[in-house]
Amino acid sequence: MADTEFDFSALEKRLNVSRRTFLKFCTGVAASLGLGTEAAYAMAEAVADKKKRPPVIWLHGQECTGPTEALLRSEQPSLEHLILDLISLDYHQTLDAGAGHHVEELKRHAMQENKGKYLLVVEGAIPLAQDGIFCKIGGQTMVDATREAAENAAAIVAYGSCASWGGVQAASPNPTGAVGAPQFLKDKTVVTIPGCPPNPANFIGTVLFFVTYGKLPPIDGKGRPKWAYGRLIHENCYRRPHFDAGRFATEFGDEGHQKGWCLYKLGCKGPETYNNCPSLEFNNVGGGVWPIGVGHPCFGCSEEGTGFNKALFSLSDVKTHTPPNAFPTIDSREDASSATVTTAALAGAAVGAALGASAVAGSKLGKKESEQE
Amino acid sequence: MNRRDFLKTSLGSAAMAATAGVAEARPNLEPAPQAIGMLFDSTLCVGCKACVTACKTVNGNKPTIVGEDLQWDSARDLAPETFNVIKVYTDGNQLTKDSEVDGFAFEKRSCMHCVDPGCVSVCPVTALVKDPVTGIVTYDVDACIGCRTCMTGCPYNVPQFDYDNPFGALHKCEMCNQKGLERINNGMMTGCAEACPTGATLFGSREALLDEAKKRMALKPGEVYNYPRGDVRDPSSYHEKAVPEYRQHIWGEKEAGGTNVMHISSIPFDKLGMPPLGERSFVSISESVQHTLYSYMALPAVVLGGLTWLVKRNTDGDDEGGEQ
Repeated sequence: MADTEFDFSALEKRLNVSRRTFLKFCTGVAASLGLGTEAAYAMAEAVADKKKRPPVIWLHGQECTGPTEALLRSEQPSLEHLILDLISLDYHQTLDAGAGHHVEELKRHAMQENKGKYLLVVEGAIPLAQDGIFCKIGGQTMVDATREAAENAAAIVAYGSCASWGGVQAASPNPTGAVGAPQFLKDKTVVTIPGCPPNPANFIGTVLFFVTYGKLPPIDGKGRPKWAYGRLIHENCYRRPHFDAGRFATEFGDEGHQKGWCLYKLGCKGPETYNNCPSLEFNNVGGGVWPIGVGHPCFGCSEEGTGFNKALFSLSDVKTHTPPNAFPTIDSREDASSATVTTAALAGAAVGAALGASAVAGSKLGKKESEQE
Repeated sequence: MNRRDFLKTSLGSAAMAATAGVAEARPNLEPAPQAIGMLFDSTLCVGCKACVTACKTVNGNKPTIVGEDLQWDSARDLAPETFNVIKVYTDGNQLTKDSEVDGFAFEKRSCMHCVDPGCVSVCPVTALVKDPVTGIVTYDVDACIGCRTCMTGCPYNVPQFDYDNPFGALHKCEMCNQKGLERINNGMMTGCAEACPTGATLFGSREALLDEAKKRMALKPGEVYNYPRGDVRDPSSYHEKAVPEYRQHIWGEKEAGGTNVMHISSIPFDKLGMPPLGERSFVSISESVQHTLYSYMALPAVVLGGLTWLVKRNTDGDDEGGEQ
């Protein structure tokens, strides 16, 4: 067995979880990433090996600390232990026990010591207006802090919608000029884990991939890991059959709503929002508790241009129903169901032939008889 | 009567009949004042096909199964079991909705319920009739002789004959008002309009729908408009949406005398498969020609006279020969 190669006793002590629970967690994460058992063991090994844990610098910008809070309240047992021991969290404004200039000094020290090796997590938007004076930490603007930390980071993860594309701060009229980390750090690759708050499983999965393989998972054009954001909510939604059959709830509490019909008419943004909520459920709460599960239309919190931008009850664009999805083209015909030009011509020819034949027959009527004589 | 007199008379009467007919050429029919219809706004359609499913459910039609693996309805065009279908126009990379270039657009195919319907005009047994009050083109299976002339008389390829059935009948949308269903008579709306989540298929009187369509034409692209859903005269709900750049063309306002089911879109209608039709109803033209030719049975009389003369000329010698 591959697992006998590792010594889990130290890990069990350190994380305060049983070997069984720990391996179950790793297998679960690997499965949601679309990886097999081998990857799960590789992940387990990576986590068990203390030397492999990357140092993490965690910055907070304009935000509500929702992503961190979501992470701390994750459903899996002892996850806070895991996430805190899985990585070496050197600097985190919410979770650090210390405070003030001492902690700021430690951050600089950690960044210097682990040059090119640390993982930078950005949480919150970065305000650019008026030289970034709208957000300052320890006397340093978020603009400077982000630029400084990104300089020597091995990888950058934008955690939450605010860090990914600006979030609620960036909504019109955006007085602080808030932008997300990818828009600010244009020359760097930034992995984004959007959501308000984002699903902690999406973060843990991405970080575990990084820890295990030393590189980031495949991402899409907006920096989102494809394993988590590759599909629209609409594609995996369990209310989807109601959508296809035209059964819609039209107002809260009506017959359709009580029967669990599709929430599209109530403004559900599932058809234009890329996230894995239907399979993992929003915020990893479990038990069917996510917006669409409890009968509320999806808000589109993780989708740039949707959450905080489109009105709550306005209809969304249905991105699944676009070409080259299976639609009959304008010229499509069912087999043998219509008169074509050829059949019309043939019918016309038949009529013409009948007319001509009768005329010829009439003219020949007498001739034949006279010839016979 | 000698040959010369006979030809003179028959040609003269034919010419008279022809001139009388031209003078009587009938104009386009007018829409019924209480006519009901539907307005399809291509820019609102999201392609969910809820209307196709609703249509099949309401009318009791079976799904169109293609191949052995697919177990869902995949109708490609109107068919005996499909009265309504959503099709797509695509161009280039197919990225932008309602864009003629590098875009796509949805289009509904169903009976247009013409004001001056070709199928009704050509039907020899009045199995197809336009309802004088609602303007719905209805079909009577008991009167139908299965000649399928209506299929060639329709410019939109709407009437469909089930060739596989030995007792085949014609099938088309009757606005959910056929015998046994009668949704309109019972104050309900069509199945497709009721199911449409965006109001892309809007139900109502032809007059109210035409007003709504004209109102949309007048809107400025980009401004927010409150789109009604269901029945335009008493909408079940509204939803707000930015106005697209509409083509200033309401298909069915005037085409071939107008239709009760009208379409509006952001791309030209020829791209959406609409036939090139002028404002003059082709039915009025063909009926004028036909009724002229057959007025007082003049032309048949001429043809019969001609044939009779031909026969007589060629058989005259025989009679004489016989006597000899």
